[in-house]
Amino acid sequence: MVDTKTAFEKAPAPRGFSVARLLRANRKLLFPLAAFLLILLGNWLISPNFFNVRLVEGRLLGSLVDIFNRGAPTVLLAIGMTLVIATKGIDLSVGAVIAICGAVAAVLISETELSPVVVIIISLGAGLLCGLWNGVLVAVFDIQPFIATLILMVVGRGIAQLITEGQIAVFNNPTLEFIGKGVVLGLPFPILLSAFVFILVLVFVRRTAIGLLIESVGSNDRASYYAGIDARAIKLLVYVISGLCAAVAGLIITADIKGADANNAGLWLELDAVLAVVIGGTLLSGGRFYLGLSVIGALIIQSIQTGIFVSGLPPTFNLIVQALVILAILFLQSDDFRRPFARLFQRLRRHS
Amino acid sequence: MVDQVPLLQTQKLTKTFGSVHALAQVDFNLYAGEVHAVLGENGAGKSTLVKLITGVYHKDDGTILLDGQSIHPQNPHDAQSLGISAVYQEINLVPTLSVAENIYLGHQPTRFGFINMRRVNAQAKALLQTYNLDIDVTRTLSTYSVAIQQIVAIARGIDMSAKVLILDEPTASLDAAEVQMLFKVMRTLTAQGIAIILITHFLDQVYQIADRITVLRNGEKVGEQLVKDLPKRQLISLMLGREFAEIAAAGESVAPPISADAFVQARGLARKGMLQPFDLRIAKGEIVGLAGLLGSGRTEAAQLLFGIVHSDAGEVQVKGQRITLKSPRDAVRHGFALCPEDRKVEGIIPELTVRENIILALQAKQGWFDFLSTARQEAIAQEMITALRIVTPDSSKPVGELSGGNQQKVILARWLAAQPEFLILDEPTRGIDVGAHAEIINIIKRLCSEGLALLVISSELSEVVDYSNRVVVLRDRQKLTELTGDDINETTVMRAIAEK
Amino acid sequence: MRSRIFPLIVTFVVFVALYLIGFQRFPAFGTTRVIANFLTDKSFLGIAAVGMTFVIISGGIDLSVGSVIAFTGVLCALLIGELGMHPLAAFGIALVIGAAFGAAMGAVIHYFKIPAFIVTLAGMFLARGGAFVLSQESIPIEHPFFAQISDIYYVFPDRGRLTVIAVLFLIVLLVGILLAHYTRFGRNVYGLGGNSTAALLLGVPVGRTTIMVYMLSSLLATLAGVVYTLYTRSGYPRATIGLELDAIAAVVIGGTLLTGGVGYIAGTFIGVMIQGVIQTYINFDGTLNSWWTKIAIGMLLFFFIALQKFLTNYRGNFGLSRKRAVAPAGD
Repeated sequence: MVDTKTAFEKAPAPRGFSVARLLRANRKLLFPLAAFLLILLGNWLISPNFFNVRLVEGRLLGSLVDIFNRGAPTVLLAIGMTLVIATKGIDLSVGAVIAICGAVAAVLISETELSPVVVIIISLGAGLLCGLWNGVLVAVFDIQPFIATLILMVVGRGIAQLITEGQIAVFNNPTLEFIGKGVVLGLPFPILLSAFVFILVLVFVRRTAIGLLIESVGSNDRASYYAGIDARAIKLLVYVISGLCAAVAGLIITADIKGADANNAGLWLELDAVLAVVIGGTLLSGGRFYLGLSVIGALIIQSIQTGIFVSGLPPTFNLIVQALVILAILFLQSDDFRRPFARLFQRLRRHS
Repeated sequence: MVDQVPLLQTQKLTKTFGSVHALAQVDFNLYAGEVHAVLGENGAGKSTLVKLITGVYHKDDGTILLDGQSIHPQNPHDAQSLGISAVYQEINLVPTLSVAENIYLGHQPTRFGFINMRRVNAQAKALLQTYNLDIDVTRTLSTYSVAIQQIVAIARGIDMSAKVLILDEPTASLDAAEVQMLFKVMRTLTAQGIAIILITHFLDQVYQIADRITVLRNGEKVGEQLVKDLPKRQLISLMLGREFAEIAAAGESVAPPISADAFVQARGLARKGMLQPFDLRIAKGEIVGLAGLLGSGRTEAAQLLFGIVHSDAGEVQVKGQRITLKSPRDAVRHGFALCPEDRKVEGIIPELTVRENIILALQAKQGWFDFLSTARQEAIAQEMITALRIVTPDSSKPVGELSGGNQQKVILARWLAAQPEFLILDEPTRGIDVGAHAEIINIIKRLCSEGLALLVISSELSEVVDYSNRVVVLRDRQKLTELTGDDINETTVMRAIAEK
Repeated sequence: MRSRIFPLIVTFVVFVALYLIGFQRFPAFGTTRVIANFLTDKSFLGIAAVGMTFVIISGGIDLSVGSVIAFTGVLCALLIGELGMHPLAAFGIALVIGAAFGAAMGAVIHYFKIPAFIVTLAGMFLARGGAFVLSQESIPIEHPFFAQISDIYYVFPDRGRLTVIAVLFLIVLLVGILLAHYTRFGRNVYGLGGNSTAALLLGVPVGRTTIMVYMLSSLLATLAGVVYTLYTRSGYPRATIGLELDAIAAVVIGGTLLTGGVGYIAGTFIGVMIQGVIQTYINFDGTLNSWWTKIAIGMLLFFFIALQKFLTNYRGNFGLSRKRAVAPAGD
């Protein structure tokens, strides 16, 4: 009797199910990629020389290169944000952290004799501290992530402004500028830097148990606790990583304009980062995360902006288009939005 | 004493979830002016019955009659307007609003569109006074004790013209005096002709307050009696589905060699409101069964032993060394493992795959950087899938998509992979199908013979007496007795549960 | 003692202390000119914050208010300047659009179960984007109506001016208090934020209340936009960036729990006034960087969040956290 029961259980379920699941998993992967390619294609239709890449004075030029270059800060933020969101959190402070770290770097390089490497390390340290602050509020004091990171979001630009004393701190230092403007092997340095950080974080979370533990905590933190996972340490860690990613993004932005603009550096980038993560298929409710797809998400946002730019539309359409994209994606992700359609589909299938 | 025609009646009421019969053809009769206790173990169908009557669920089959009229409550609000109110253990009021506002939320007396707060407060005060409750109704609800909150909830329900009042575990967090206060309120209400359905696991209280008892088991009605016609012992045998006489044949327990000294030992382990001081010793290669009715403190004992809840008295020793248990991490470090009662909330990580769920505890034990390679993970997973006969197309299926029995096995596999020395199983066979049930029992026996120390909590008496070397009986959050050897049979256990 | 009111008392004490510090250093703080200016300068923030208070009490959040103000400004400027409408007509149109916008956000939040944070974030992008599409430049408004409005004020003996927009702010405040405490809608909002499951069982129309809360918030944000237009006599798409954060800060400093269910419109008023005091102090001082305002507000925000956390943990009797640990699972 035992055996028949097991055999019975075994028989009907598997095949169709696993195929469906494979499809679903692939669709999840395909969706952002397809969207990215579609948007690139759209850009190409609007301006036929979109894909042209020229080599000028050892430097590759072209819209495609531009997307990767301009998108580097958002890509970096999206990497950190992915891990935070995977634990059911959110980090609203990254834009402000960009301003702080940029300000630290710009002021130190222009007003002290410190070597650029030391300045960079201190600036990264500032990002780490910001992340630690958020992490302590969320993991130790158990404050809702949205609220905990809101504090630094409000204060952060004030701090940055204090560091720069209200000026746009300009500097002249080739080493620091290289981070934003440098070219290696024909590619702008921000592209390489963001790729490097991406690989670093990817290895750090996927070649260790950390990625799995993050997903476990985000998917069911109570059961994770029961399984002996230190959920607190995991949460602390993701906010620190997010702070560090924001610091690198801050260095790029500061180096690019050779100055720190406490008011505008990184403004709204936290929202772009959240959007990138959501487009990449990581749910705001935590759990499974997809670092690579978050990067694609960030590039989608950048290619929309670049596309609007090359199309000749005023850049003012950026926000509206972004808002519409975010809404479309959220609607598609919402079960309650899909349910009526799913029901309709089922009914049709039953009839045929 | 009661009318001949039931006030509320269900006929062949049926509800299924998937393939599980939550409620099968239940005829339930509630008469005006009576307290009617609905009893049964977890999964017996008590909640389902209540939820069908209050419109939380919708019936698959059968009828519900109120005053002889067929009713179809669509939601709790709907049921309330028909005259059926329910008060749950986790009180469904708004803790942040005042007492008066909770009573009148949604139907406050208004004047020119504005709420007349003075009247709200005065009416609420007068209303509560009829329950002998003279309190400041403008204070926030959450500042009052659970008992008062409960009476407020009852008052609200009755005020909205209830004929039927359902009380779901109303006394679970009340002390003795508060229980009497609640009973007084209940008597006042029945005197007014209101019928009360009482769901509780405190049998003593049933005998104090109830007029009639309906017993459910596995979704079916197994008995309806007036309280005075149903001695407690008979009630318990109805609830557990075992005859007192039937037992002698059953108890053939395995008796493997028991190592002399205990692996784990608890002394006076206690926490106020959860568990009275509790002693326990378990040796390697020994199974200790923890028996008792729902709410007797079984799960609480497990939570204290696993560091989920901190004890406020007593100690736990491992091999004679006192240990501190501040979190499950501490427990795991000492070789403990726990398969929790609530699989969905405390056990599975639904989005992760079978493989990831299986290696999770081991990985958590090993730390962040000593990462099990995919090949190693797969090897462990396959080993466990084979050993425990987990039915899954492959190890990369999200565990949330497996059946209940297989989820239970995955959680068991998770802990076995971590190679524990002491394993606590809280209701390991609940809600799983017959095949998996037998397999899990076999696994428990095998683990014991492999030298694990096991503590098994189960409502299934036959199961407990089958595999336990010793049985600890709990009642009312207190250890009553410990049975060993030939004393372990269903009769002795039931007798221990039923009698002082 | 009513622990609900405790945060409010702390807020009031902080306000008095800050005010006294200001008064001691700059005696002008005692004049009606400064006090009336608090009201005028903070009127648009205050009006938006009243709406935000309702949203937060209901357990939600609205990030779109700053953008809605900017959109309203640009829209009104265009309707008046380009189409030659009377300002009152333009304001009316803006208010209708604003209310519809908020209702749409509320409907999406309720029916599709998408977090309010994300929906109103999209709303923020939409409204700001809409403002940019309408105009990229600041549009000055020339209309006699504006001069007429700014000529109406009540003069205190020491020449402080109570302007129309300050009075508008006070009216919104009073209506807000009435709405919150003395109407079924208001109490439903509190119930919803206190425990939405229980509220539903107690018969609160959850969907309608949610939609109305966001509608109210956007409506008030639009009104704040109207006030802002009257105040600056222009429409500017970059106006009031980040105002939602100031509004949230005012609400939290005002003693409203971010977890919902507990809060006071009057507290929000004090929260707004605290921001006014800090800003005025920093302006008067002249040597302090204006960004100290943000830092001071952020620190206060932190203080009050920590206080809330402490109070909820300490009280611990919201009844829901205890349940899991003690009770065996029901069937």
